[in-house]
Amino acid sequence: MSVRLVPLAASVALFLAMVAFGGVSYDGFLSPQVFLNLIVDNAFLFIVAIGMTLVIISGGIDLSVGSVLALTTMLAASLTEKAGWNPAVVVPLLLAGGAVFGAAQGFLIHRYKLQPFIVTLAGMFLARGLCYVIDTESIPLRHPFFTSLAELRFPLGGGTSLSSGALLAVFVIIAALWIAHATRFGRTVYAIGGNAKSAALMGLPVGRTMVGVYAMSGFCAALAGLVMTLYMLSGYSLHATGLELDAIAAVVIGGTLLTGGVGYVAGTCIGVLILGIIQTLVIFNGTLSSWWTRIVVGALLFAFCLSQRLIEGRAESRR
Amino acid sequence: MASPLFWPSVTLVLLIAFNAAINPGFLAIAMLDGHLFGSLIDILNRAAPLALVATGMTLVIAARGLDISVGAVMAIAGATAAILIGGSLDLSGGEAVSRYPMWLALPAALGVATACGLWNGALVVGVGMQPIIATLILMVAGRGIAQLITGGQILTIYYPPFAYLGGGYLFGLPFAAVFAILVIVGLHALLTLSPLGLFIRAIGVNPVASRIAGVRARPITLALYAFCGLTAGLAGLIVSSNVKSADANNAGQLFELDAILAVTLGGTALTGGKFSLAGTAIGALVIQTLTTTINSLGAPPELNLVFKAALVFIVMLLQSAEFRASVRKLVVRPST
Repeated sequence: MSVRLVPLAASVALFLAMVAFGGVSYDGFLSPQVFLNLIVDNAFLFIVAIGMTLVIISGGIDLSVGSVLALTTMLAASLTEKAGWNPAVVVPLLLAGGAVFGAAQGFLIHRYKLQPFIVTLAGMFLARGLCYVIDTESIPLRHPFFTSLAELRFPLGGGTSLSSGALLAVFVIIAALWIAHATRFGRTVYAIGGNAKSAALMGLPVGRTMVGVYAMSGFCAALAGLVMTLYMLSGYSLHATGLELDAIAAVVIGGTLLTGGVGYVAGTCIGVLILGIIQTLVIFNGTLSSWWTRIVVGALLFAFCLSQRLIEGRAESRR
Repeated sequence: MASPLFWPSVTLVLLIAFNAAINPGFLAIAMLDGHLFGSLIDILNRAAPLALVATGMTLVIAARGLDISVGAVMAIAGATAAILIGGSLDLSGGEAVSRYPMWLALPAALGVATACGLWNGALVVGVGMQPIIATLILMVAGRGIAQLITGGQILTIYYPPFAYLGGGYLFGLPFAAVFAILVIVGLHALLTLSPLGLFIRAIGVNPVASRIAGVRARPITLALYAFCGLTAGLAGLIVSSNVKSADANNAGQLFELDAILAVTLGGTALTGGKFSLAGTAIGALVIQTLTTTINSLGAPPELNLVFKAALVFIVMLLQSAEFRASVRKLVVRPST
């Protein structure tokens, strides 16, 4: 087995161990719906983390996703409820808006050689600030398009079901697997993350791909915003604060190297599942306080970053 | 244009002039009970915690690092102080009480903050993680730790002497402002009178070359992270003293971003090697003046974020060589 796959294998083992622990400790933990709820309750995190995976594989980072998500929920709620626009116009408009926002960040990063960290930080300020400009209060959504879509359940037999948001997340995962591993664009992303200069010398379209990667991340954030709008049925400027950290944590736990060039979309999915199951375990336990989630996620991040460094060190010394 | 302080100073002066134009009383400073009062003094006072954090951040960035955990460290320091000082609302009019004396509680809180910085430094220097990732770990876990300390509550601190840190006066000026100025001036003296400043620049320009040249890069970098933790702890104490409570969730929220913004505004290069403590102090003042301006215009305080975003975009584009080159191409016609 390639040494690069060790963190991914560790993540899978960790997930299975947590499931086993939950199954032994708590009644009703091993029911199928508990696992489907991991996707239902974390659908927006899945979508955001997958966009983030591609950005990180390309060697960058996108801190603006949480704010773009919040801005999308705000715009969706205010445009349909206050301005009375048709959701058939609002939804495509917001998705395009997210992509344009991301593309603009990608353009600044590539064209003016700015650090992705700082550019997306400013993007995060901007999007969150614009939320507050629209409204500082939560805007409830009552439009039948959104409420009916929110109540929609897709039965999977045996009394289990998925929400429309979860189904969207599954589609995004499949699409991302295809893009990352079976398209020219995906291979270019890996090449840029490995070494941007070499990629440019090989004649790969570095600029176009960079802009594309950030546009995809912005698109994913907007899509996740719509999923959260369905999940919460409201637009609120404080939705998804700190989501970018959860997304980065999921990506790292999934075995993607933060230096770029190495990573797996499937690994990120395992990472999100691990974050989800920590939360589920805390809920099932009932006596643990919610802040233990953060501390455990921090400890996991530490363990995975440490193991990444050790593996990197071994790879370097072997060379 | 020669001084790197030129643009930050111009920004600050323009902001103050704008305020003076819309509000004639803005520049007035009055003497009341031996204390100075006025909008300018107020800005100085409120900018103090940010200036402190940004000072630590400047040195870390100068040595090619970054610390995004400062907000969480502020929360941890505030929580530690709150749990150690505690105190109950004394209605009998007797002596103010604290659980542990201040001389024990404050160093303990600062010690915890410094330990947080050392942890970050150890991950960067010892393990070799990227700074943003190494400090991300504490940023994620830190607020959880702070909540663990406070038991998930917002702890109120009723002990009056603790309130002096954020609300007291020294030499007629707010104590927090005097303290921040002393720290920055003292640090500036240390960095210019000893070779330490030169070493930090060398590490920032080229870590490998500086080590080969005999600069002890690793211990110095470790110490810089520890110092950044310490300044975050100081700021955390001032902030929690200001509001007389410790809020594990919201204390120091987004402070890491404000600090990085202050550092950038002050002309410190994010790529390391070039830094200016005075610039950072001016940067912190610019951010605070901007906040005050927006408040005095009657605009919602949340608009602040949009203005800050615009500022970051402008500053980073101005710092980008590629951007300056493309603007020059537009302005100067090639002589063909």
